[in-house]
Amino acid sequence: MSLFDHKISELHTLLQKKEISVSDLVDESFRRIGEVEDKVQAFLTLNEENARAKAKELDDKLAKEENDFGVLFGIPIGIKDNIVTKGLRTTCASKILYNFDPIYDATVMERLNEAGAITVGKLNMDEFAMGSSTENSGFQLTRNPWDLERVPGGSSGGSAAAVAAGEVPFALGSDTGGSIRQPAAFCGVVGLKPTYGRVSRFGLVAFASSLDQIGPITRTVEDNAYLLQVIAGLDPMDSTSANVEVPNYVEALTGDIKGLKIAVPKEYLGEGVAEEVRQSVLDALKVLEKLGATWEEVSLPHSKYALATYYLLASSEASANLARFDGVRYGYRADNAKNLIDMYKQTRSEGFGNEVKRRIMLGTFALSSGYYDAYYKKAQKVRTLIKQDFEKVFEKYDVIVGPTTPTPAFKIGEKTSDPLTMYANDILTIPVNLAGVPGISVPCGFVNGLPVGLQIIGKHFDESTVYRVAHAFEQATDYHKQKPAL
Amino acid sequence: MMSRISIEQVKHVAHLARLAITDEEAEMFTKQLDAIITFAEQLNELDTENVPPTSHVLDMKNVMREDVPTPGLPREEVLKNAPDHQDGQFRVPAILE
Repeated sequence: MSLFDHKISELHTLLQKKEISVSDLVDESFRRIGEVEDKVQAFLTLNEENARAKAKELDDKLAKEENDFGVLFGIPIGIKDNIVTKGLRTTCASKILYNFDPIYDATVMERLNEAGAITVGKLNMDEFAMGSSTENSGFQLTRNPWDLERVPGGSSGGSAAAVAAGEVPFALGSDTGGSIRQPAAFCGVVGLKPTYGRVSRFGLVAFASSLDQIGPITRTVEDNAYLLQVIAGLDPMDSTSANVEVPNYVEALTGDIKGLKIAVPKEYLGEGVAEEVRQSVLDALKVLEKLGATWEEVSLPHSKYALATYYLLASSEASANLARFDGVRYGYRADNAKNLIDMYKQTRSEGFGNEVKRRIMLGTFALSSGYYDAYYKKAQKVRTLIKQDFEKVFEKYDVIVGPTTPTPAFKIGEKTSDPLTMYANDILTIPVNLAGVPGISVPCGFVNGLPVGLQIIGKHFDESTVYRVAHAFEQATDYHKQKPAL
Repeated sequence: MMSRISIEQVKHVAHLARLAITDEEAEMFTKQLDAIITFAEQLNELDTENVPPTSHVLDMKNVMREDVPTPGLPREEVLKNAPDHQDGQFRVPAILE
């Protein structure tokens, strides 16, 4: 049994009672990393020396001060490598940032450091968060702890794999079109994409600014709520962070969902969704019914247009955001360029991988003169229709429930040859980003030994209800207690 | 069927995006981008004549704050990650021939 089989609140109690020390927790993290990292390869950079030093520092504090610390105090955490960490290499899994040493912390890092969480290392991802399998990393292949021949999902594949493998009790990911929820589903852990604006994006290397959100990846819903509690809220450094009060999320975990009204979109259980996944979701709905909820089938009629809308909008925003990687201020620079333009071109061509280039070009095309109205503006208008679909359903229902992904984790290399096949993985998660609402993935079954995720979607800024439903479901099932045999 | 994007357009877009691509890559990207753009054209099935565009999901207008001067990042820190710098400035190859 590992210390990390405990919930974070239990570890907190053990620390308070002095039954364990912060150093024990950090030791456990690096012990487990030493044991399984060869197989999983979730981490791009380890922060061992600093983590151990900080553990000692916090242990001293713990010895001197009584009970004056929060639940995250002394808990090791892994951070997706597109969140900047002062003095700790941050690469976005891209060669263009292979040596980037941030000079400030992201707001979420400031808040975590303040709370006493200990950064163990930086986690692998698809380059600049563009991908659904972490195969687009410029550095290494992360494997799914449940089956090393399969992908962990993406783009936060390293974060989900590290939590599933027990290397860290929890991690941060980011989600632009499903990048927290899809890997959480594939790795059998809990992943939340908060409402757009709930968590500051300051220090999150931007991919698609109108869609990106940072969120927690954890073993349990309760852990997830504790982590969100610390990182959520208005930030003067991010003008798109919302001035909306942050409720107490853990208090929402009552286990009571009597009278809850669930909508199940027929589009989320239709064509393209594997029969076994459909069955797992129907079984999950029976569990929720037993707990006193009711569900009805509804329609989100514009769902089928979400994928195209997303690729046009996200790529357009990316083409602008990634213009900053030019070899001037940080990162990689190509040698022997003839002039400045040549230097830009050589640097970017050598530094970016193919998926990133593809999306930059798609975005540049969609925004270029003569095509802007036909592609970019059209997609923005369809985004309105998709958002309205959700608003309409939420007039009558508390949450929307469906699968997180159409299938369980696929094999490494299975979908790399055709970009559109890879993109289709995200059809059930993308609409949530376009509408800006919160969504969580919780384990709801296994198909041939591979985890399946249940997606629960809520109203804007209603993470509390999402958590309440996820937690009630989790308490009524034991999928979250299963661990991969690594 | 007529393709949505030609190899010349792809090369032009690559230039606009400051990417150098080989002829082989241009061919590959043309095929892939053509497939993606063709797929994206399903949006034309929808009549969006009177639909307003969404650029941001939250109802936010300009976010203002007090204009208070605060110190910027220290110069030596900012230059720390630069591939090349001199006399406190970023150094780049010749801009004019």
